Amino acid sequence: MNQQEIQKTVRDFIQQNFIFNPATVLNDDESLLGMGVIDSTGVLELICYLEEKFQLQFGDDELIAENFDTVLKITAFLQKKLNKQ
Amino acid sequence: MCGIAGIVNLTDRHDPPTVKLLQSMIGAIRYRGPDEFGLFRDYHSGLVHARLSIIDIQAGQQPMSNEDRNLWIVFNGEIFNFVELRTELEKLGHCFRTHSDTEVVLHAFESWDINCFSRFNGQWALALWNTQTRSLVLSRDRIGVRPLYIYEKDGRVLFGSEMKAIFADPEVPRAINPHGLDQTFTYWASIAPVTIFEGIQELPPGSVRIYKPGNQMKEMLYWQPSYSQESNRWEHKYGSPTFAEAANILQEKLEQATKLRMLRSDVPVGSYLSGGLDSSVIARLGRKVKEGRFNTFSIRFDDAEFDETEYQRMMAATLNSSHKEIIVTKKDIALVFPDVIWHTERPILRTAPAPLFLLSKSVHKAGIKAVLTGEGADEMLAGYDIFREMMIRQFWSHQPNSKIRPLLFDRIYPYLARSPQRARGIAYEFWRKGLERAGSPGFSHDPRWQTTSSLKKFLSKDILNMLENNPSPSALDDLPAAFNKWDPLAQAQYLEIKTLLSTYLISSQGDRMLMAHSVEGRFPFLDAEVMQFCNELPAEHKLAFLEEKRILKKASAGLIPKAIIHRNKQPYRAPDAVSFLSQDTPQYVQELFSDHMLEESRIFNPKAVRGLYEKCISKRDYLHKPGLFSNADNMAFVGILSTQIVVQQFIETFEQKLEAEIEFKTFIDHTQNTLPAY
Repeated sequence: MNQQEIQKTVRDFIQQNFIFNPATVLNDDESLLGMGVIDSTGVLELICYLEEKFQLQFGDDELIAENFDTVLKITAFLQKKLNKQ
Repeated sequence: MCGIAGIVNLTDRHDPPTVKLLQSMIGAIRYRGPDEFGLFRDYHSGLVHARLSIIDIQAGQQPMSNEDRNLWIVFNGEIFNFVELRTELEKLGHCFRTHSDTEVVLHAFESWDINCFSRFNGQWALALWNTQTRSLVLSRDRIGVRPLYIYEKDGRVLFGSEMKAIFADPEVPRAINPHGLDQTFTYWASIAPVTIFEGIQELPPGSVRIYKPGNQMKEMLYWQPSYSQESNRWEHKYGSPTFAEAANILQEKLEQATKLRMLRSDVPVGSYLSGGLDSSVIARLGRKVKEGRFNTFSIRFDDAEFDETEYQRMMAATLNSSHKEIIVTKKDIALVFPDVIWHTERPILRTAPAPLFLLSKSVHKAGIKAVLTGEGADEMLAGYDIFREMMIRQFWSHQPNSKIRPLLFDRIYPYLARSPQRARGIAYEFWRKGLERAGSPGFSHDPRWQTTSSLKKFLSKDILNMLENNPSPSALDDLPAAFNKWDPLAQAQYLEIKTLLSTYLISSQGDRMLMAHSVEGRFPFLDAEVMQFCNELPAEHKLAFLEEKRILKKASAGLIPKAIIHRNKQPYRAPDAVSFLSQDTPQYVQELFSDHMLEESRIFNPKAVRGLYEKCISKRDYLHKPGLFSNADNMAFVGILSTQIVVQQFIETFEQKLEAEIEFKTFIDHTQNTLPAY
């Protein structure tokens, strides 16, 4: 999966599972936590999905806002993890 | 709906079954079909039937035979697609004398032999006796909605809808089977063929058993839950439907299943309303095909912790139904509990069947003989917490040392989020157990089975020693070959169906409580086509991360009030131990917990049980407080009490409980025409 595809996968999942309303546009640099799109257990839901989808595993120390606060940050973090594999 | 029983001699060592014995066998279960009784016997067999007339009331008498009078049937249940099968059979040249589904079974068996059962869409337990080949065929529906038990000794086979029909023969020994007890104290119920009684077998759901002369027996499964393994199978079959399209297909299938269950009846069919999503949507679909009066029935509790009145009334108003409510108190539960156990015929760990016993009584009083219920939705569409717990434990198992991952439990149990940190920690530790077993069969059910197994500490030393030397069959024995290839949700669903739906819910809470008052349950979620469709659905349509029954919610939109679709799921429960502890509790409770009664039954360790009883009694002054007893103490209390009642009723004083004689309306005696020909 290239960067665009990863970004789209993440955005679609958040759109369908947290925002619900297709009319609401999510900008890729918008803060998910700050905007109240995702709460603390929502992050876990997202991670559960990403682990299955990308066959990755995340440690507790990686579950921080720096990695998961925006679609862009999530994408960059995923790419880094995938490259390491 | 009906009751059946019979005796078949597979060798010539036995005399023909006597009318008197057949009479007391069917008399023992007369409440299953009090409208009329029938008997057939020949030199080697005797079949008896108690009928609750629902289809072809004038002509559907049983035992019934084919035209050649060499194939006889006693049948309990309904084949909902009998009209379609009849058309097919008529094309093959079969002639019909009645309009009953029973006759369709006879002809279907003549045409397709035992392959007929996989063509039936319904709920049944039946026996077919071929007087020429002298073979007996016993069969049960896919999920085991209708019960069937067997006892065999020295070439003599006894069978019956309930075990008490078999025990009506004084030659059948009555003793507790430690394996049945062990399974009950692990899975909540014994799993067929094991029963709580030594020597009595339950015919497994979805199976056929054939007996032939010379004491030969063969048994095979014609159905068991199976889940799609190829991701593209679903797309091929249904043309890659979107989630919304899939929800439409589900709605159509449920509508068809409910329609069959409303219209394939010659008496009015009512509906239960629990206040939850499943029964609401079924009642709504039932209402769609019923003009005029539509009867609905609900249980209310005087204890707010268990009560769902608000949603029941909301739904009844939506349906414009003739709605009947019963209010159940703790005292009611204690009063009827011995009768409930007479009908469950097994120990139970929860009192939840008791209110359903009282509800069917009110249905009977209202003159209704059949009701729809929402049973099966939680198993087919992943509604239970056990599935959500499994998903979180699976996720947690990727990083077992994570302190963050278990926070997801707060989502499904919001009370955790409000609990002190230490209490949460303890709860998390509970679910952590067995995390390393992620991916192994039974992972989903480990926490439940482990908690329930803690009840075994109350068993007597003799029983524990016996079980150690001779372990009980496990729910994980004989899993389907493909089990390991199924996704984790499918694996959990399979185990839930096999260990709880078929064994306890559809029996102790279903058929037995309904039939106690001659009421037939009809379950659209257990329709053959609905189950097939649900089992083929992609897992995420059922359990979308932690959202249960997602597709059913979608399919229900516009049918029932939003408030019911989106309310928090409340599992149906009734007050347990607390029902038996007030000052005015019936005397039998204290007696059954007394040292001498415990010593007499030799099942439990009296000292340990006394400890539990005193612990519970010491809280007598605080019975109004919710959450007074732990899950394990509740289950232990109810489990021990019900086991003691089973011993009393079925082993100690059984004969006194048998009903008086009954009169046969159908009486066909061929003992003189047939020869002892083995």
